Amino acid sequence: MTPQSEAELADLIAAARDPLSIRGGGTRALMLPQGPALSTRGLSGVTLYEPGALTLVVAAGTPLQEVRALLAAERQRLPFDPPDLAALSGRGGLSTIGGVAASNASGPARIQAGACRDCLIGLRFVDGRGRVVKNGGRVMKNVTGYDLVKLLAGSEGRLGVLSELSFRLQPLPQTEVTLTLEGIPAADQAAVMARALSSPWDVSGAASDPAAGRVWLRLEGFEEQTRYRSAKLRARLAPAEITLTEGAASAALWAGIRDLTPLAGAEVVIRHSARPSHMPGLLQLIARTAPAQVLSDLGGGWLSIGCSAAEAPALLCALQTEGARAGGHARLLKAPPAVATRLPGAPPTDPVVARLNAAIAAEFDPRGLFAPARLSAEA
Amino acid sequence: MQMPLPDPQILARREEILAGLRGLLPADGVISDPVALRAWECDALSAYRCPPLAVVLPRTTEEVSAVLRYLHELRVPVVPRGAGTSLAGGSMPTADAVILGVARMTAVLEVSYDDRFIRVQTGRTNLSVSAAVGEDGFFYAPDPSSQLACAIAGNIAMNSGGAHCLKYGVTTNNLLGVTLVLMDGRVVTLGGPFADSPGLDLLGVICGSEGQLGVVTEATLRILPKPEGARPVLLAFNTSAEAGGCVSAIIRAGIIPVAIEFMDAPCIRACEAFAKAGYPDCEALLIIEVEGAETEMAAQLARITAIARDFNPVEIREARSEDEARRIWLGRKSAFGAMGQMADYMCLDGTIPVTELPFVLRRIAELSEGYGLKVANVFHAGDGNMHPLILYNANDPEDLARCEALGADILRLCVEVGGCLTGEHGVGVEKRDLMEVQFAPDDLEAQMQIKDVFDPHWLLNPAKVFPLRVSQSRREKRA
Repeated sequence: MTPQSEAELADLIAAARDPLSIRGGGTRALMLPQGPALSTRGLSGVTLYEPGALTLVVAAGTPLQEVRALLAAERQRLPFDPPDLAALSGRGGLSTIGGVAASNASGPARIQAGACRDCLIGLRFVDGRGRVVKNGGRVMKNVTGYDLVKLLAGSEGRLGVLSELSFRLQPLPQTEVTLTLEGIPAADQAAVMARALSSPWDVSGAASDPAAGRVWLRLEGFEEQTRYRSAKLRARLAPAEITLTEGAASAALWAGIRDLTPLAGAEVVIRHSARPSHMPGLLQLIARTAPAQVLSDLGGGWLSIGCSAAEAPALLCALQTEGARAGGHARLLKAPPAVATRLPGAPPTDPVVARLNAAIAAEFDPRGLFAPARLSAEA
Repeated sequence: MQMPLPDPQILARREEILAGLRGLLPADGVISDPVALRAWECDALSAYRCPPLAVVLPRTTEEVSAVLRYLHELRVPVVPRGAGTSLAGGSMPTADAVILGVARMTAVLEVSYDDRFIRVQTGRTNLSVSAAVGEDGFFYAPDPSSQLACAIAGNIAMNSGGAHCLKYGVTTNNLLGVTLVLMDGRVVTLGGPFADSPGLDLLGVICGSEGQLGVVTEATLRILPKPEGARPVLLAFNTSAEAGGCVSAIIRAGIIPVAIEFMDAPCIRACEAFAKAGYPDCEALLIIEVEGAETEMAAQLARITAIARDFNPVEIREARSEDEARRIWLGRKSAFGAMGQMADYMCLDGTIPVTELPFVLRRIAELSEGYGLKVANVFHAGDGNMHPLILYNANDPEDLARCEALGADILRLCVEVGGCLTGEHGVGVEKRDLMEVQFAPDDLEAQMQIKDVFDPHWLLNPAKVFPLRVSQSRREKRA
């Protein structure tokens, strides 16, 4: 089913009797479809683009690549730099902007510019009752009524099908520079990144490769800014061995970190969110549990972990237990469907919070049309 | 402005309710003396007043939980209150409601510079959050103009903004986690000092829910390293259209200053008479602030002034010293005080797409003339968040009625051009009855379903946000 308009989408959902499997580009979903596929690809195109107001309104099925190209032509971008996981998942396909919003997909820029949910300023969706709902708008300061935009961002289609999205944009920086630090022991990397992030120089990316002993820090802005700031940052982090990468080479480096290219060979990829200062302990926990390849981002606040399907359950379980103890959250980014369905989801650990989640889902999707097997464990 | 009639059964049980509350809190935690209650009869929307049934001032999350559990059992409405600085009547009480104030909950609970957050009790004022980390070179970014007085609890309830949110975002973008007490007394933790949490983003919907979903007692807030320096430039224009065009051109050039403030002629003249900041006599004035090191600020200001020259400026005044910078901000920061000297005023808060600025200012001037009431405009131009101030005489009921009608027309105009009713003050009671201008019935129904989940009996701040008629059946289900 590929509705060509929001009204058609609403009719389809209102008439549905059985669970539906919402599909954007199919680059992020982990599960096997639960029922007939409902594609958003018929809802495509830009409704409004006002470069002078830094605002974009776009239909949910529009490919992410198209959005990027459109904005780049006006020297603007999505501030949260969403990853394209088509290569990681190995399935190909065209990632859609709706899939980005539904999974709150955000890249390394999140550390400074916020996540997808922070840049999403309005949306329209069709809920499980077949009702069209709008929330937010096209202006960046808006506190009129409850913020359902945040509730829908990252909800993975649990409450309805997104039909239209409004984003706050950012100008493309004139220049970017990456400082690469070599020979930093894994246990020290979070502290090095914290030192950079506690400086006044607007670090817009802080990632590391623990096994390689390498830390990357990104600076963006006008040429005089990046020149001044990279000199200051170099002095602050002395005597570390630092090389500079500029322009397109720097952009390519961060696209790889964003899209998790180094982990593309792994059967399963888990992302663990925690306090950056917990990174050394988490690396030890991972090393004790299973052979794995780790890439850190957000100053150590995100660990992306590639491992084999056989090792995945033990690793996921260890991380979820640690998350419940020390604060944090592990979720799957990539897994073969057969493996994913066997792995536990990550329900909110507090039963009261879990019940609030289930009650909201029941309000918007009383017939359970959008309840995937994995999320239904939360109910 | 209408409020529902107080529930006579609750009024009749006042003594019993007070005795119950006194059993849950220390002696100084329950206020019931009619004279003392006068201090809580309104917030910063002082045109509307009503003393509450009682006021409770707990000191811990446990006390908040005990009070809410008790009032939930008795089905007594609760109005949560931070510092009472709401301009929308967000903490305005009704005669049958208990005010739950968090003003005594001001502790700093945890600070981490490695993970760049602070965890505080929510009665703490906005500015004192920054003060707690200021000596170590950090600050909390959202800066509502009431920041000296306003509490984090109210900032979260209204998703407060400020002058610097063009670069740093508003409260919701800087709020990492909360401890929330539900109306039935259950306590939950949402989010925390990490990027992602499982399940739906409940934290995102709590922020800006105007105290209708629960009482937030603790908050984890992102802190940022302070910039090396900040410097404003003042740009004066002959027309609002030129000032508006200049704002768009700066943004198009890829420059995001930390603040772009706009003042129109009535506002400039009032501020000048009041604060004597030395502003030029012109039709429109922009104050643009940039941040960074000396050389960075100089380069950015050079770019901005070069763009401004295309818009026929009357004057470009760069701050060459701390004192000059202070004087540039002086008039803007005393704008509300200056207006208060001239007359009573109602401060609106609609947001518009920045590209509509010249048209909207022209329409506001026409409306102002039609109603025979003066309007001064001072606002955050970079994000389109307008603050038209309507001057009127509060002692004249007809004047108040005309002022309310003009305010409603201006807010309708904001929605018509693609904006919204409120950018940072909240709906409260003030914009409650205009919600249908912006939202279709299904849009409001979807929002009310969220309240049904968190507060099934509609006891928390019940007669706010949604038009009374729209929420009536839900509120009356209470008993």
